[in-house]
Amino acid sequence: MYQKSLVELAADLQKGTYSSEELTRACLQRIRTHDERLNSFVTVTEAQALAAAQAADTVIKAGNAGPLTGIPFAHKDIFCTSGVKTSCGSRMLDNFIAPYDATVTEKLLGAGAVMIGKTNMDEFAMGSSNETSFYGPVRNPWDETTVPGGSSGGSAAAVAARLVPVSTGTDTGGSIRQPAALCGITGLKPTYGRVSRYGMIAFASSLDQGGPFARSAEDAAVMLGAMAGFDARDSTSVERPVDDYLAQLNEPLQGLRIGLPKEYFGEGLDAAVGDAVAAAIEEFKKLGATVTDITLPNTHLSVPAYYVVAPAECSSNLSRFDGVRFGHRADNPQDLQDLYTRSRGEGFGDEVKRRILVGTYALSAGYYDAYYLKAQQARHLIRDDFLQAFEQVDVIMGPTAPSVAFKLGAKADDPVSMYLSDIYTIAVNLAGLPAMSVPAGFSNGLPVGLQMIGNYFDEARLLNVGHQYQQVSDWHTRSPRGFE
Amino acid sequence: MALDASDVEKIAHLARLGINADDIPGYARNLTDILAFVEQLNSVDTSGVEPLAHPFEAAQRLRPDEVTESNHREHFQQVAPETESGLYLVPQVIE
Repeated sequence: MYQKSLVELAADLQKGTYSSEELTRACLQRIRTHDERLNSFVTVTEAQALAAAQAADTVIKAGNAGPLTGIPFAHKDIFCTSGVKTSCGSRMLDNFIAPYDATVTEKLLGAGAVMIGKTNMDEFAMGSSNETSFYGPVRNPWDETTVPGGSSGGSAAAVAARLVPVSTGTDTGGSIRQPAALCGITGLKPTYGRVSRYGMIAFASSLDQGGPFARSAEDAAVMLGAMAGFDARDSTSVERPVDDYLAQLNEPLQGLRIGLPKEYFGEGLDAAVGDAVAAAIEEFKKLGATVTDITLPNTHLSVPAYYVVAPAECSSNLSRFDGVRFGHRADNPQDLQDLYTRSRGEGFGDEVKRRILVGTYALSAGYYDAYYLKAQQARHLIRDDFLQAFEQVDVIMGPTAPSVAFKLGAKADDPVSMYLSDIYTIAVNLAGLPAMSVPAGFSNGLPVGLQMIGNYFDEARLLNVGHQYQQVSDWHTRSPRGFE
Repeated sequence: MALDASDVEKIAHLARLGINADDIPGYARNLTDILAFVEQLNSVDTSGVEPLAHPFEAAQRLRPDEVTESNHREHFQQVAPETESGLYLVPQVIE
């Protein structure tokens, strides 16, 4: 049953082929068998999961099941979960039992989904390889010597390894799409403001956005439908009804206008990844789409702008971790200064410290205009590039990441080289657009992701385009060896 | 711009961030690399371009000034390192 899609599982549950409790026990067994090697979970919530599954079975028997009732999911450990450790991959929050639920948690649990556990991630979502986690790296199920991508590496690996059918992630610069690509699954980053950030531990508040991981666009559509929506508790949540993401899945792609930005196919792109993406584009032509070359001329500014904006917002957001109200506190502080300095010094890992330092510098007196203001101006140019492109095309396509999964440790000592692994995903966050990665082939046995970028609030179209591609391709159905 | 050890110490102090003396040269090198990379922003003329703080230039929502939350002090202080009589304890500040 672990090979079945969310939609198939929901149908089986409603037919009574098996119960949610049986399904949940099967997922827990898969985790026990496989996760010691992958390290994709920080916490497995077995007792709560079984209780939730039993409650879901009662709802199903009463004939009141929804599309997620009784479906197990893995939850990125960045979303607060009442009564359950919410570590954010950091020693700082290793002792933090969240006192409330994030809105996304509340919505998924309210829809009857069964939380199996909390997944491993780069510390405070800062990383592209899942190697900065306090709980150790996650391994990619396709090749355990390579990284799963990051920061939502545990959530992506758990779905790829068929431990759970679906999971949640967050994406600040590519943290859903890049691990989806590297693990051979489907991942969607919605429009900024579509999914509530309430209770989602903040990294860079003007860029952070939660979204789903699944094995198909159809399953991602079900998840997004439950996760999205206006929330008065998030001041940047958008007051706009949620589309019916399933309703448009079967629309034909005849006449779809696809734009290929030349900046996404240039120097730095692995040739085999480029070939796989080109082959996928050919499939869209067969489905009736037209393909146009476009240009996003300020693309080269996106990674530099991001590495000002994101660290600046991180240094401000993470100032709340001071050893006073929650989280790690240093032993025997001599004075208040010592309490702050040592609690933060001991609680944060290397990459988080690096970003706090960069952000503090960029925001310090005399440097604000040169860095933060300049980056926000560049952000305007980057956003306008997309707006112009969407006057000509409906969807922009290109590679999700410049290469397939790289070896563990390969980029660990070189921050700038690590940052460049998000070169095709970061501009989307700066512009606040929705984008999705779907499996589009393999290179040397490792998955390649195709990225689709949509206009604001065009998630339904992205899911439609992804679903239609998945009707004529089978990349998304492949499982890694040892996890079939 | 190249940052040296004393720059890193000054920034770490501003951030109230303890870093090991042994790690300072490494951070100085990393920060110098990152800032050199970020310098690419200067290759484009942005004079007259409005800084973009929000992707669709939305403003913060306002709400009526009404009490909507009840008091959760006891509950929230359960995760605090040290409290007494509803107060958070820190080392003595005033002699």
